[in-house]
Amino acid sequence: MREAVSRFVPDGSTIAMGTCLEPAIPFAAGHELIRQGRRDLTLVGPISDALFDQLIGAGCVARVIAAWVGNVSEGLGHCYRRAAELGQPRAIEIRDHSNFSISLALWAAAWNAPFLPTRTLLGSDIPSSNPDLVVDDGWVRVLPVKPDVAILHVQRADASGRAHAWGPLGITEEAGLAADRVILCCEELVDAEVTLSDPNRILLPETKVVAVVHEPGGTHPAPLQGFWKRDHAAHREYAQSSRTAEGFERWLREWVLDTPDRASYLKRIDPALRITRHAFSAPVDYGDE
Amino acid sequence: MSDRYTPQELMVAVAAREIADGELVFVGMRLPVLAYGVARSTHAPNARALFELGLLRDQPAEAFLGTMGDPPNVARALWATRMSNVMALLAQGAADLGFIGGAEVDRFGNLNTSYIGPPPRPRVKLPGSGGGADIAILARRWVTLMNHEKRRLVERVSYVTSPGHGDGTAGWRTRHGLLGGGPAAIVTTLAVFRFPPGGGEAELATVHPGHTVEEVKAETGWPVKVSSVCRETAPPTAGELAQIRRLDPGGFWTGGPG
Repeated sequence: MREAVSRFVPDGSTIAMGTCLEPAIPFAAGHELIRQGRRDLTLVGPISDALFDQLIGAGCVARVIAAWVGNVSEGLGHCYRRAAELGQPRAIEIRDHSNFSISLALWAAAWNAPFLPTRTLLGSDIPSSNPDLVVDDGWVRVLPVKPDVAILHVQRADASGRAHAWGPLGITEEAGLAADRVILCCEELVDAEVTLSDPNRILLPETKVVAVVHEPGGTHPAPLQGFWKRDHAAHREYAQSSRTAEGFERWLREWVLDTPDRASYLKRIDPALRITRHAFSAPVDYGDE
Repeated sequence: MSDRYTPQELMVAVAAREIADGELVFVGMRLPVLAYGVARSTHAPNARALFELGLLRDQPAEAFLGTMGDPPNVARALWATRMSNVMALLAQGAADLGFIGGAEVDRFGNLNTSYIGPPPRPRVKLPGSGGGADIAILARRWVTLMNHEKRRLVERVSYVTSPGHGDGTAGWRTRHGLLGGGPAAIVTTLAVFRFPPGGGEAELATVHPGHTVEEVKAETGWPVKVSSVCRETAPPTAGELAQIRRLDPGGFWTGGPG
């Protein structure tokens, strides 16, 4: 993880993360960005759970392009509030979207289109505070949003960058296709024969993938279908700690800065959060002759 | 089963009754997730639920949900997909009903979940639209749920995240190209407001048991128009309460005994 973040996510990068909304959020990658002291990042996402709030609180972020930033089960994002209201720890630029419009902005970039027209956001004030949304003749033109890098956490991947992901995908495909490069974090690193046995399930073309990081448990406290439950208590604890800047600093030191990597982090996590009741799908037949 | 209930449990029951059998419901988060579960288990066995992260279901999850993306909400789904596929249905006008949470609502049903104060340096930065604006513009009709406080039910919202009936003039939504019919009701901790068909101003339709029209007026930031048929909100039935407490064990969302 250390090497992937240091080689492929320089200061000033535009990063799409948390693209499945509440599940499969690459918290481990976000924490590594914080440990490496990244600055001036632009974060791109739909409903973005606590990871965006943490990166903002750590001072890594210059701009947010998202539909929602907070703590999904607890409400407000306290670091996001301090940045927007008080400029602490630094001022941020906010380009608001809805879930639909951020998806369209990424599809526009993925398809190399100048804009995509939609009726969503007509009658809303969101276009008036975001220059990437232009109201014109009864339509909203959604201008492309192009990430430098998409960081995705999937259930399994092979070393050549072929990922299998399942469960709801949110805006993952358009984020990956729009981005210049993709960093894959995976729960299981598998042989190519596993991924290639089901090419329909391969998330993105391997040509986009610049790094594959085997990072089990990398989504905690977010869930991952088949592997991890959501840690509601950790979200509550984070919400309470981050209520003040001092509380957030203490939380950050304990869980990110003084925790060298995800393996050490996981030693502190309740093992009951692992999913043990499995439900496997039926295999499909790619037979040919 | 105790016949006492919390305001949130009553809101869930009221929201559940908004769902008609066979409808496709854009569910969202928190209390509406419970409302869908109650409706599906009582009067609307054929209602289906859409979740914007990319899910279609025809039954409530079998375990507590902190978010719509929790693994029990994916298990036994009818469809797990990408957001843009769910938005395709919404954009076609296929979602009969949506639910949206709000921080502020005004008398015309416009919602603010973005900024209190000027956007460049707001007094309060709220989380934003999520899928709220999309539901408000594209669903055939929608309902919002919120705590009844004077600072939340305001004369006009300062920022429209999710448009309702705009300035309240007839045909505002059609003139501005909005696809769906707009807000049908505001469900609060004290009362239910409804909008006339075609748009306009919220009218006080029912007041929850134990509260009065005067109390609602005092806690509302606009001069309340009381419907000529205003009555008391029907309390949750024993069946509704049983379902709510099954879906929210411990009362995480409703404050109930669970």
